[in-house]
Amino acid sequence: MSDQVVAAGHEPYLQHHFAKPEQQADASKIGMWLFLVTEILLFGGLFVGFALMQSRHPLAFLEAHKQLDKTLGFINTLVLLTSSFTMVMAVHSVRHDRRRQAIAFLALTLVFAGAFLGVKYIEYAHKFHEGLLPGRFYSHPGDTVPGQFMFFSFYFMMTGLHGFHIIAGMVLIAWLIRRTARGDFSAQYYTPVDLVGLYWHLVDMIWIYLFPLLYLIR
Amino acid sequence: MADVLELPVAPNPPQPPRVHYLNQTRGIRSWLFTVDHKRIGVMYLASILFAFLLGGVFAMIVRLKLLTPGPSFITAETYNKIFTLHGAVMIFLFVIPSIPAALGNFVLPLMLGAKDVAFPRLNLASLYLYWTGSLLALVAMVTGGIDTGWTFYTPYSTSTQGSVGLMVLGVFIIGFSSIFTGINFIATIHKLRAPGMTWWNMPLFVWSIYATSIIQIVATPVLGITLLLLLMERLFMVGIFDPKLGGDPVLFQHFFWFYSHPAVYIMILPGMAVISEVIPVFSRKTIFGYKAIAYSSMAIALVSFLVWGHHMFVSGQSQVASAVFSFLTFLVAIPSGVKVFNWLATMYKGSISFEAPMLYAISFLVLFSIGGLTGIILGTLPVDVHLHDTYFVVAHFHFVMMGGTVMAFLAGLHYWWPKMFGRMYSEKWARVSAALIFVGFNVTFLSQFVLGSKGMPRRYYNYLPQFQPLHVFSTFGSWMLALGFLIMAAYLAVSLRKPMDAPANPWGALGLEWTASSPPITHNFEQVPLVTHGPYDYSAPVQQPALQGAGR
Amino acid sequence: MQAKAHETSPKTYVKVLLTLMMLTVTTVLAASFDFGSANVVIALVIATIKASLVAMFFMHLLHDKPINSIILVSGLVFLSIFLMLTLLDADTRPDIQPAASSVAAPASPTPK
Repeated sequence: MSDQVVAAGHEPYLQHHFAKPEQQADASKIGMWLFLVTEILLFGGLFVGFALMQSRHPLAFLEAHKQLDKTLGFINTLVLLTSSFTMVMAVHSVRHDRRRQAIAFLALTLVFAGAFLGVKYIEYAHKFHEGLLPGRFYSHPGDTVPGQFMFFSFYFMMTGLHGFHIIAGMVLIAWLIRRTARGDFSAQYYTPVDLVGLYWHLVDMIWIYLFPLLYLIR
Repeated sequence: MADVLELPVAPNPPQPPRVHYLNQTRGIRSWLFTVDHKRIGVMYLASILFAFLLGGVFAMIVRLKLLTPGPSFITAETYNKIFTLHGAVMIFLFVIPSIPAALGNFVLPLMLGAKDVAFPRLNLASLYLYWTGSLLALVAMVTGGIDTGWTFYTPYSTSTQGSVGLMVLGVFIIGFSSIFTGINFIATIHKLRAPGMTWWNMPLFVWSIYATSIIQIVATPVLGITLLLLLMERLFMVGIFDPKLGGDPVLFQHFFWFYSHPAVYIMILPGMAVISEVIPVFSRKTIFGYKAIAYSSMAIALVSFLVWGHHMFVSGQSQVASAVFSFLTFLVAIPSGVKVFNWLATMYKGSISFEAPMLYAISFLVLFSIGGLTGIILGTLPVDVHLHDTYFVVAHFHFVMMGGTVMAFLAGLHYWWPKMFGRMYSEKWARVSAALIFVGFNVTFLSQFVLGSKGMPRRYYNYLPQFQPLHVFSTFGSWMLALGFLIMAAYLAVSLRKPMDAPANPWGALGLEWTASSPPITHNFEQVPLVTHGPYDYSAPVQQPALQGAGR
Repeated sequence: MQAKAHETSPKTYVKVLLTLMMLTVTTVLAASFDFGSANVVIALVIATIKASLVAMFFMHLLHDKPINSIILVSGLVFLSIFLMLTLLDADTRPDIQPAASSVAAPASPTPK
């Protein structure tokens, strides 16, 4: 930007108001963790609502959740965990100046993310077919316990918001692939990869809680 | 590393500098695409002042209507929209961003001896988000408005006509602006303090802003999800807040107040931040109880999250929960009280002068104390059963938000005005304005404590004839307030047309921002400052330029 | 140099991943037994162990500066305050009538 001055002998990625690269990297990481806390509180609100409504309508939630496919949920959990692994390996690769390996791991992460969304698409398609839709569109026949639709209100809101974050993450990872290919990162500077990694792991962590709460109720 | 500059001998850079942050680059693009925290702060300042004007106009209309009970120059439906918008605009577009975004953005890096905040581009993004959200809110206002009250309670907000969705979306976006500011400030305070500035010798303004930022980060996302859920209810009838569908309308209130109560501390903590700066300077005395004030700021941030149910005593919340919240509410007043006593102790046996910043600081001490104590009254569960939703509540929050935060904002605005713009304003007219505002405020709002305890409900278009004299009195006070603010707008605008005549340190204050020129150069400091003493060491022998006489 | 004090090896990452997968299997298995109200507790405990592994190893918190861990834990503390105090209200309200008899899905769209 126009106000930044690049002094002689200054690393190009070091912004002018920071004295040292470590200072900048530490500040960026603090900033990212603070942002992750906002995500935790955002999803946390939905978890609180879910907990309240489940304690109010335990039978309805129990009955409703049987419509979910535990196997698909289990597969998706493994898929996302693996994507976290490939993501952290991508960061590791960049830190060791292995550009092609980094791109490979980033691409793998995208593949797993896509797989996650693919499974979710299958699940959603099945739900729509059965009339298991949010709120006013709920039209599932043959409910034995009243209030089952409420479970699906939460199911779609929570997995929907989570899916939105997956998509956003994929966009960020694609951006990282472009920048890595351009040679923007090195062992000296890989902060964006690190930070997107943190974001991706958080999205994984949220699913780690979503899976048992939605799919494994007793 | 650049040369370091040793303090406390203040340097005397050329004053005013030929090239500074205001004139270094020109043209609208150099402002709209800047990453300079000072320019961003100035743009925020202009924006929030416009929001204050808008919210103020709404307030004047409300008070005008209340001169008489019964039908008036506006219908009841319009009245509901006007007071809703007064609240929403004042809270989301004015008070919450005011001190942190307008003053804090400008002053914080200077105070820390830094060249900018940690994430300058994120700072610009905050501003863009604020503008975008505000624009949506404005569109919502003119395309039907909202009449739900600023609190958007369900089930009315999920079923009423009007531009609820647009307004909610606008507030949602402004919330991100607030979050990004909080993230920026915390990272800046952790990593960009000048050499020698430890946590225990940074200005108390920084401690309070740090506490504010914590609240912004933790609380605002819950507002975000609350607004999203409200939208989902309106669009899809997901059922979470609708009792017919098995939901719980009180759950909305839990969600809403989990943010909105800490939000009031987002409003007051920055005010306290300013007061901690102003009082030592104009008492020529070291702050009393530095660590107590610092710890109190953090305590307020923490305990503020434990008391939200005191807004819900009569909502259907259980008696057990209400009792617990009432008890916790008493606790949250303690750190605020600690601060007030420490500020008073700072003034005791000090050498006090009564320039405009100090007049507003003293107003703060009086009015915030009244506001805070009436908060305790309202937090007392059995008393609140009678006072809830009366004018007593309205008076209480105006005392803390306006008598507290706005007075502190005005103190800070006058205190840092010469630093920001290189000019002094007219001290004489500033004192006239301060007097009008103080008296006008008390006339407007003390009467509302009486109205409320006599049973006048809030948000009512119509009222019993016995309440009219107090309403008339209160409206008269609002005219005094308006006049005071108009005079202020005039002398501040006039000051901007003068040549830059302010010294670098017109108040003889310590603190790194006063070692920069007025206005500062774009990179704030010629050399990285090195801090060797505390920010309030008025007892130490210090070479300071003599306190300049007050402006014309 | 943006050097970190500590570097986790890929082998550790693999071990963590396998542990996470095993824990996932465990939680699915545990859900097939009826432990009454302990089921939720078990599921949440396992989820928390998994999340902690992700945080400590994949997100490097174990070897990072403490401020980042403090930030994460603080966020979780505030979330639990939100949950606990809201539940306090919900669980101590006297029941007016059982939920089942008064709940139906929204039949038709009502005006917005």
